Amino acid sequence: MAITPPEERLWWKEPLARMEVMWISIAFVWGLVMFFTMVYWHIDGQQNLSNEAYRISPDAFAEKVEAFAAEYTVREEGDTGIPVVRPPAGGDAYMLGRLWEWWPILELKKGESYRLHLSSLDWLHGFSLQPANINIQVHPNYEMVLTVTPDEAGVYSVVCNEFCGIGHHQMVGRIHVVE
Amino acid sequence: MATTFAHRVCPDTGLKVCRHAEALIKANAVVAIVFLAIGGLFGLLVALTRWPAVHILPADLFYLALTAHGADILIFWIIFFEIAILYFASAVLLNCRLATPRFGWLGFWLMLVGALMANVAVLQGESSVMFTSYVPMQAAPHFYLGLILFAVGALIAVFVFFGTLVVAQHEKTYEGSIPLVTFGAVAAAIIAVYTIASGAIILIPTFLWSIGLIGDIDTLTYRLVWWGLGHSSQQINVAAHVAVWYAIAALTIGSKPLSEKVSRGAFLLYIAFLPIASAHHLLTDPGISSEFKVFNTSYAIYLAVLASMIHGMSVPGAIEAAQRRNGFTRGVFGWLRNAPWGNPAFSGMFLSVVMFGFVGGISGVVLGTEQLNLLMHNTLYVTGHFHGTVAAGTTLAFMAITYLVVPLIFRRELILKGWCKWQPYLFGLGAFGISMLMMGAGTLGVSRRHWDMTFSDATLSFDYPPAAFLMMGLNGVFAVLATIGGIMFIVVVVGSVLVGKPRDEETAKTAPIIFQGGGATISGHGGEATLKLPGTVTLVTVFFISFVLYYFVNWKFLSEVWPLS
Repeated sequence: MAITPPEERLWWKEPLARMEVMWISIAFVWGLVMFFTMVYWHIDGQQNLSNEAYRISPDAFAEKVEAFAAEYTVREEGDTGIPVVRPPAGGDAYMLGRLWEWWPILELKKGESYRLHLSSLDWLHGFSLQPANINIQVHPNYEMVLTVTPDEAGVYSVVCNEFCGIGHHQMVGRIHVVE
Repeated sequence: MATTFAHRVCPDTGLKVCRHAEALIKANAVVAIVFLAIGGLFGLLVALTRWPAVHILPADLFYLALTAHGADILIFWIIFFEIAILYFASAVLLNCRLATPRFGWLGFWLMLVGALMANVAVLQGESSVMFTSYVPMQAAPHFYLGLILFAVGALIAVFVFFGTLVVAQHEKTYEGSIPLVTFGAVAAAIIAVYTIASGAIILIPTFLWSIGLIGDIDTLTYRLVWWGLGHSSQQINVAAHVAVWYAIAALTIGSKPLSEKVSRGAFLLYIAFLPIASAHHLLTDPGISSEFKVFNTSYAIYLAVLASMIHGMSVPGAIEAAQRRNGFTRGVFGWLRNAPWGNPAFSGMFLSVVMFGFVGGISGVVLGTEQLNLLMHNTLYVTGHFHGTVAAGTTLAFMAITYLVVPLIFRRELILKGWCKWQPYLFGLGAFGISMLMMGAGTLGVSRRHWDMTFSDATLSFDYPPAAFLMMGLNGVFAVLATIGGIMFIVVVVGSVLVGKPRDEETAKTAPIIFQGGGATISGHGGEATLKLPGTVTLVTVFFISFVLYYFVNWKFLSEVWPLS
């Protein structure tokens, strides 16, 4: 017990109680753990977002995606005949977002890795792969390249989850993963 | 010593209340509550539209209502109320005159004109661009202009606050350091300056772009700088509502901080580290390095999270210490059982502390973890998280202190005492429900800002799992509960201010609403002397275990999705 009442002390000279020191230490160490978990996952984790991105004009990106579709289209799907494109295993796959569709449909092989190129031709879009629940922001003028390795066969949908105007809720794309 | 100025001495707290500060506190608080009412009703319409069985609005009106809900609640309600808090924490708590009241009114009118202008722009239907107004989607020019005017007004008000601190120091209206609540308000005000500056840096060019004076605005730059506004504005709330927690605890049960040093140190950490973290919103964006993301999203090494965890111990700790001092010493939780649960200021504050920590806090850290963000970015999880912080945390705390502002500042007795008693629980339950259910739906992948989760008009079909539909239905039910709680709040506050019995000196003596000596506690210094707090130790242990488990469960979820690099 101090002789002077606490009211008369300078606040930065108050001693700390043991309980406070313990809680602050625990909280600080927990912060370090969480910080280094992110770093560790870059070293030893399987799910990291690529930092590979390029500036590209919407027209140039559209041209690349169209050339890709022209080369590898295997069939068409849906009422509007969206091309289904099967890139070679280990190769480049392209998908563009525009008001209001993801184009084209991709067909990937389970267990193979692909370099997936994403960009938008107009506004911001959100690449939300369901039901895997992988969510990536897609910008115009930036081409993001990430390596994906689908590990389960099935039909996946790409929902747009960045608001992009009145047709936003109609914007659904598709990725097939086959054995 | 102090120079004379127009004031009254509060019969409840003994504090000198500057007449100019009082009038400005009233004006800002009233307008804040009007925007809460408007924004809240838009929120109800949004929740009812997202309830698949109800789906009340057509798509265009849904996006309009969502834009209005975001702007009215996240900006106008909260910042108007925070300006009222700043004036209270400076002029009233320091027994001082308000600096330059004319500038206070200038700020007020600029904010009001700006807020109305932005609302008109949204209601005209050409500005359904969401609260975030990401380029290249374009709103009407007066939408941006309204936000800019509002920000300029808020900045003026913040400087009136700083000016008042200078006046108080110069005229020696207080001794030693400024009180803890004022210290917290200073933290909020400093973060506000940073926030408003970020807003100006991005919104002024965006306004010029909307009237055709400049060409394109880079989408990534926009998001980076805009979130210096968008995220930081929510950090003003954190600092402000923590200050409000301390204020309510002091006024209702006479609590002092456990240690001034710890609480003030935590506010200093807020000032230093909260304003970064715009990367919380950019974790899945292209063209930003992981080094930047990891450093920025973690507020350096989680130093702002550390500060919140400190308050998470010291606020319940201060309550426990005060209750034990007041004689409730039985067992581990006797102090909690015997807390004034029928006092809406106390109950609202305590619910706000618990829900901000457990719901908003933990989910925020998980969401802001670089890789984990992949699982949740732009899903309803984000919306659930910030309803845990802003609705269950900030809004509930501000509602709670309003139950003290009405009798102390407006000098009116509260009407409908029974409603007052239940309102925080009802609103709190509603806010808790919508936060948890939106987080649940987001975990199942449901997109935020989305009119139709059935995708009935889409060329390619997709079905979310049935559990997601159930959660969105329940979300609607809890949104209705929160709305009822909100309406009760508005009725009580507006009713009390208009027709409540005037509170005179006699009632202040016979029916005290604040703890004896609370006025001196809130404007004084000093921490608790003893720190034997088994109840608080138990609470923070439960909190910490929940935090660690939930954090690592999410890494487990992440490890199960497609390998990406």
